[in-house]
Amino acid sequence: MLATIHNQKRSQLVIGLGVGIIFGFLLQKGGVTRYDVIIGQLLLTDFTVVKIMLSAVVTGMIGVHLLRDLKLAQLHPKPGSLGSSLVGGLIFGIGFGLLGYCPGTLAGAIGQGSLDALLGGLIGILIGAGLFSEFYPILDKTILNKTQFGEITLPQWLKINPWLLILPLSIGIIALLYLIERAGL
Amino acid sequence: MEWLIMEQWSPYAVGIGIGVLSWITFLLSDKPIGCSTAFTRTSGMIEKLFRGNSVTEKAYYKKFTPVIDWEWMLVFGILIGAFISAKSSGQFQLTWIPSKWSEAFGNTPILRLVTAFVGGIAMGIGARWAGGCTSGHGISGTLQLAVSSWLASICFFIGGIITAGLLFRFF
Repeated sequence: MLATIHNQKRSQLVIGLGVGIIFGFLLQKGGVTRYDVIIGQLLLTDFTVVKIMLSAVVTGMIGVHLLRDLKLAQLHPKPGSLGSSLVGGLIFGIGFGLLGYCPGTLAGAIGQGSLDALLGGLIGILIGAGLFSEFYPILDKTILNKTQFGEITLPQWLKINPWLLILPLSIGIIALLYLIERAGL
Repeated sequence: MEWLIMEQWSPYAVGIGIGVLSWITFLLSDKPIGCSTAFTRTSGMIEKLFRGNSVTEKAYYKKFTPVIDWEWMLVFGILIGAFISAKSSGQFQLTWIPSKWSEAFGNTPILRLVTAFVGGIAMGIGARWAGGCTSGHGISGTLQLAVSSWLASICFFIGGIITAGLLFRFF
């Protein structure tokens, strides 16, 4: 049944759009389509971004792993390497600090009327993505595959049952969020 | 239904909502939520307008064909969803400069635009270099406990915290 839905191309485009609309609605309601909130997180004065991300991770992690145990879903961990995840992550971070939006929240910022997101950020990201595509063959040969670790998950790496990580990690995240609230951040 | 037009929701309600949304995409689409490939595809579609079909022969566009797909529709949906939320709560407003920016750097739109543009370029390169963004790695990848995503997400924030700190302290 699910596989049939997965293969219906038109329906998938509609599902993608619907998920996006809800996602954008939620991001705007959370305040993270605003530059001030994101830059406040990076300046460590406003922890809204961390609160949203970590509560999404706990909720998603428990639900998606349950779905997987019930054979209703499959995981799709992305491959990685120090050359791509670490170096690319830091380059992304530089952009994050200068732009004050990320690709998803940028789309949301445009939706709420932020012209710096539309005329600065969007054009920049499109050019950046184009430049990466241009130089992909040479980057792929030189740096992207340095120290690969592949599509591995933390439980596979540690050779433990995923729930042995999910439960303590969830408790740890909730405790961290509690401390953030207690500190008044 | 007044909560639907409230200006802001608790970050925890929003986060739990996004978490539930991720169950739905795994279930109905067999895909994690992500955003950054939509920008690669759009970039390819624009390049195709200028340079013709040979663009699709590029190695990277063979991996990410410049067409409208699920993730592209998702990013387009974010724009619509944020518009609906902002408009219905009276927050939609055309703005050139965010207030935190103008407090620190003044009211010249060009300075903000250039910084956003340069930041956008770094982000466009970095997102594809790392193979994902704050959604694909930061939320969807970390919730799957992917090693690549935890590493990339930590680096997003290390890079972002250092850059924003330097920018606001020294300029």
